[in-house]
Amino acid sequence: MTKATNLRLDYDVTILPPKSFFQPQNETLLSFQRGKGYRSVIETEPFLLLGVHPYDMVAITQMDEIFSQGNGDVHYVSRRQNATIVVVDVENVSPDVFAGHMGTYKVEEGWDVLLTKVADQYLVESKTERGAALMSSLADVPDADQGWLEMRQLVWERNKGRLRRHELEAEPSTWPDLLEEAYDHPIWEEKAKLCFSCGSCNLVCPTCYCFDVRDEVHWDLVSGERFRVWDGCMLVNFAKVSGNLNFRKDEAARYRHRYYRKGKYVPSKIGGQIACVGCGRCITACVAKIANPVEVFNRLAGGR
Amino acid sequence: MDSTSTGWNDIYLPEMATLLRSEPMTADERFFECKLDSGKELGHMPGQFVEVSVLGIGEAPFSISSSPTQTGSFQMVVRNVGNVTHAMHGLKSGDKIGIRGPFGTHFPVEDEMRGKDIVFICGGLGRVPVRSAINYVLDNRDDYGEVTILYGTKSPAERLFLDEVEAIVSKENVKYLETVDRGDEEWTGNVGVITTLMTDMMVDPRKTVAVICGPPVMFKFAIMSLYKMGMVDKNIFVSLERHMKCGVGKCGHCQIDGLYVCQDGPVFRFADIAEVQEAIQ
Repeated sequence: MTKATNLRLDYDVTILPPKSFFQPQNETLLSFQRGKGYRSVIETEPFLLLGVHPYDMVAITQMDEIFSQGNGDVHYVSRRQNATIVVVDVENVSPDVFAGHMGTYKVEEGWDVLLTKVADQYLVESKTERGAALMSSLADVPDADQGWLEMRQLVWERNKGRLRRHELEAEPSTWPDLLEEAYDHPIWEEKAKLCFSCGSCNLVCPTCYCFDVRDEVHWDLVSGERFRVWDGCMLVNFAKVSGNLNFRKDEAARYRHRYYRKGKYVPSKIGGQIACVGCGRCITACVAKIANPVEVFNRLAGGR
Repeated sequence: MDSTSTGWNDIYLPEMATLLRSEPMTADERFFECKLDSGKELGHMPGQFVEVSVLGIGEAPFSISSSPTQTGSFQMVVRNVGNVTHAMHGLKSGDKIGIRGPFGTHFPVEDEMRGKDIVFICGGLGRVPVRSAINYVLDNRDDYGEVTILYGTKSPAERLFLDEVEAIVSKENVKYLETVDRGDEEWTGNVGVITTLMTDMMVDPRKTVAVICGPPVMFKFAIMSLYKMGMVDKNIFVSLERHMKCGVGKCGHCQIDGLYVCQDGPVFRFADIAEVQEAIQ
């Protein structure tokens, strides 16, 4: 960004979530050279993410946990440590958002600075040293008084109500239990028979982080790079092994797996948080119009 | 904050190893023995796997076939089926590969298998990881009861480790039984799937542990045969195959429902996965 006037904090939703700043679509992990072996490549420098929506911030904090727990991923975590994040509360409602149902219409953690448009001004709060440093660069800005804070509360309440383009009847906290009983539910077949296995829902999802790793040799034929790229569990070869054996060869098995990851498997690894933040990108991106988590979980809640 | 402030090791960085042996075993399988260039032991347990890198080609997971009782090097058997394996088949003694690992769970050779009769059930390449446990048990022969090794392949020519059979059967209380799906002119042994070796078999279910590794279709039938002998899920251990791409529980490829085979497996107690829908198909 070169001009402040280009900044559009009133956008409704980005096409891709901010995960690409921490796990780029194409990310060099290692370099290698014949005779010398492999070397870690950690290419990152301090950067500022300005204007992240609350639901995306929640997704980032979930990915932070995934990539730092157990065998910590130094590539992800180095990028994350270099990031200063400014969250902005949603001003315009995107076509398929349901963050108002997911508790992600506002966010308490993970950010350095929070911006909330109140009347025609922005209320600014900092949470961290980095955030405070950013704020100290603002000259002649009055402190917010109680009235402003109350108005911000109203913005949150309003967002909770209007970020509901789809009506979720199944409380997110019930998702793991619903899935516990839903393995053989007919919905997986019904939806998946329309699936093109294009992986769009994976690509636009802020909590999809599965990846493939590949090698590329430079033209000198002695050196090259190992890099990772985004992968998706909806793609036909995702669970394939050598010998042409595919452990999830049916669309329905892949479709089901994705919802189980969002509602059960990943939550079990991140303290029960549901790994769907209600951004609605999958709903918009799906060409077959089958990727609406609200429809899926409402249906599961309603029995068969 | 600079980029190195985590102080963490890079979980994706292989260390280099040198091939001590690279020899053909069958038409499709090749035997590798290698040693870490650091001089350290790999430090694995039977049933674990490593990620092998071939420079410029890629990385793939392979079972370790040697027992940790054999020190100084470790062994693998690799079938020529894909990019990495094809490149490995072109490697010769003295060539370098990258190694990450060992990863995953292992057969409970030091815990529940100790003092017990053991039934090893291997189908095809399943013999490769199970060999690590077989050799471990035979190298500590006094710590275990009767040992039965059942080994099935598609054809006699696909049998692995034939040169080790004599040493295996020379040990006390060790039975070694083979079967093939289809024999050839010289084959006089059993013909049929692996469960045909189990029809008249007797075990004492109270003091027997079974270890199974083979193609996906084999598990269900082998387990049914074990049930007929009175065995129960908690005494059956299976080693499952999936694509353990990263080996460290991140990339998602090896997932079986909520489990990561690279971390929660590849060796599972059958009682723990009997209800896991995607595990045994």
